[in-house]
Amino acid sequence: MALTTSTAPAVTGGRRGLGVGFLVKLVVVGLADALGLYGVLTSLATEQWGILVFLVAILAVVNWAYFSRRAVAAKYLVPGVIFLFAYQIFAIGYTGYVAFTNYGDGHNSTKSDAIEQISMQNEVRVEGSASYPLTVVAQGERLGFAVVVDGEAQLGAPDQPLAPAPDATVAGEQVEAVPGWETLRFVDIASRQAEVTALRVALSDDPADGSLRTQDASTAFVAVPALQYDAEADAFVDTADGTVYTPSERGNFVSEDGEALSPGWRVGVGFDNFGAMVADARMAGPFVQIFLWTFAFAFLSVVTTFALGIFLAVTFNDQRLRGRRIYRSLFILPYAFPGFLSALVWAGMLNDRFGYINVVLFGGADIPWLTDPVLAKASVILVNLWLGFPYMFLICTGALQAVPADLVDAARIDGAGRWQIFRNVTLPFVMVTVTPLLISSFAFNFNNFALIYMLTGGGPNFVGTPYVVGHTDVLISMVYSVAFESGSKQYGVASALSLLIFVMVGVISWLGFRRARRLEEI
Amino acid sequence: MGTDTRLRGLRWWTELGWRHVVGVVTIVVCVFPLLYALSASVNPAGTLTGSHELFRVLSAENYLELGSTPFLLWMRNSLLVSSLTAVGTVLMGAAAAYAFSRFRFTRRRAGLTTLLLLQMFPQMLAFVAIFLVLLAITEVYPFLGLNSHLGLVCVYLGGALGVNTFLMYGYFNTIPRELDEAARIDGATHAQIFFRIIMRLVAPILTVVGLLSFIGTYSDFVIARVVLQRSEQFTLAIGLYNWGSDERNAPWGEFAAGAVLAAIPVVVLFLFLQRYVVSGLTAGATKG
Repeated sequence: MALTTSTAPAVTGGRRGLGVGFLVKLVVVGLADALGLYGVLTSLATEQWGILVFLVAILAVVNWAYFSRRAVAAKYLVPGVIFLFAYQIFAIGYTGYVAFTNYGDGHNSTKSDAIEQISMQNEVRVEGSASYPLTVVAQGERLGFAVVVDGEAQLGAPDQPLAPAPDATVAGEQVEAVPGWETLRFVDIASRQAEVTALRVALSDDPADGSLRTQDASTAFVAVPALQYDAEADAFVDTADGTVYTPSERGNFVSEDGEALSPGWRVGVGFDNFGAMVADARMAGPFVQIFLWTFAFAFLSVVTTFALGIFLAVTFNDQRLRGRRIYRSLFILPYAFPGFLSALVWAGMLNDRFGYINVVLFGGADIPWLTDPVLAKASVILVNLWLGFPYMFLICTGALQAVPADLVDAARIDGAGRWQIFRNVTLPFVMVTVTPLLISSFAFNFNNFALIYMLTGGGPNFVGTPYVVGHTDVLISMVYSVAFESGSKQYGVASALSLLIFVMVGVISWLGFRRARRLEEI
Repeated sequence: MGTDTRLRGLRWWTELGWRHVVGVVTIVVCVFPLLYALSASVNPAGTLTGSHELFRVLSAENYLELGSTPFLLWMRNSLLVSSLTAVGTVLMGAAAAYAFSRFRFTRRRAGLTTLLLLQMFPQMLAFVAIFLVLLAITEVYPFLGLNSHLGLVCVYLGGALGVNTFLMYGYFNTIPRELDEAARIDGATHAQIFFRIIMRLVAPILTVVGLLSFIGTYSDFVIARVVLQRSEQFTLAIGLYNWGSDERNAPWGEFAAGAVLAAIPVVVLFLFLQRYVVSGLTAGATKG
């Protein structure tokens, strides 16, 4: 008796009108609309087209869902789906897009941004040009330059080209004060020196006219772009020697002899990012090692935690044993303690020079628990065993309840030993129920970023690799390093690696589901 | 088996005694790191080296010193972010579960399958893209972008449906539809049925999902690390990581004291939830 409410609005709509519920809805949707419209305007102004399209779509869907009489189910699904779409589905899709671009340091933005940056950064003083006595003025955080040009006071700021300031007081060749601006004294300038020398005030709206700059905060000079952008030819020309820089397929302006201007812009690079790890000879070996270690780590983590978990579960499943409840509740402690804190505590205890384990348990030995490639791997597995066995203990204890007691008794009467009973009766029963959980445990450990990052930071590091990666890094922590921690941020390469992880997690889960189904059929 | 005769001597050892040995050893291994952290937290020496004699001195110094650090700020940030996420997750998850459980609409099955598939890909795998998306959002909505708590909560809420809808969906299905129908005949709207009837009946699963979400968010490291960049915005996981991993001048005593305090909410919630967690796991397990 399915309730087809969506096709029976007359019944479900109930009373409509100015109920409290309706008013609440009106206010909430109104606020959402206001927020959305604000976003639409801002994204128009900042040229964030992707966000603009997304917002328009959301506004349409939200208003349709909440003011239509039909779409009842949509009213309940829309909020969750918006978040799901923006931060999960879109994020996954965006990973796919970025993986095929060279997004990263040096290629962070669009071509027009790059042109602007290059023009701005490459400026030279015009030979023999005049210099002006300069007054540095400020409006809070905002700095400006005031100069006297042809007997007329002029003022400009980074966001405002030089313009006459008729109400300024002028003393000789120098501006003394400008209403609305504070004249900076020597001490103020000294404390904001870097800001002042970086400041450029455009002479006019045309960037080719150059800008006013200073090096000593007391005289200003006119600087013009050393590289002139020619919009028609879509190329930069060096004003001094006439070298022409043309846009390349890699998203840079490049001269004929291969010199590239920085920054570049984002372009598609096809499958290059996917080969980046093996194409670089310095990286190929470490990458293969990390790849294999990721599987080994996930596999060993599952095997060790499961082995200990089921051993303890079977050991403490004996009805005659006293204090079982106490044992059980204490075994769960490592699971109850937040994992990130445990990992940090273990990192401290395993510290090779000051840690408790070396200093006290090994009497001052110098065992490199976390700094030797092999030992660090062993430590990671052992600490993960400590963290993970309680979970396995819990699920195995649960699964043991499903093992028929008479089957075990029958086996015992037939003369089977403990091991035989375990191997041939208990384990098969337990496996049926825990296999899906083992697979998800494998997938979890495959991406166990927090443990690796907190315990070893991926170290000990490989030597001479272009990215900072180490012997205990797993793929996901390698992605983190490539994206954020290796000096030059390479979002494109990191996203390509993320896709690789997505594919592998997908395959693992799929195998898991299939295997689980097969076991159930037994 | 002789259940009434008490085992003695060698027989007791081979049958039961060794289990106690295993149990005691396991407990020592389980508890030791936690005791060590507790001991370091009450040791005013405040360094790794000074923390070797367990409980040699008892002092509240480290705890008091936390007052002059950003620790309380981090605690507040963590509680704020986790609570908001938990409330949002419960509301959105419950609404979605209600829709899937009570209404029949086109693509309903497709929707459920999509959620099941998405469940396999944890959100944290896409942290690079999440960073880039927030970077773009910062220009439009600065309060939802990088380095904002609200932005972080939104990211977590993006993962809310995928993980929890199924758990709730199953529970919602156990609430008899006759209740809805009776209410509808009495003239209740779907919203009244949802807020006044269903939400009250499913309160247990709402509590469990909310608390699990709280614990998950509280312990999250990767996404918080990617989103939050300034010390005063940090959550506990990031702040304490910075203390604990600072090997040279590690404020080890303060870290330990902070860790003990930070763990309290999670441990308490866990003990409270243990029954649900264990029964949930085993119920899921026996069903296969």
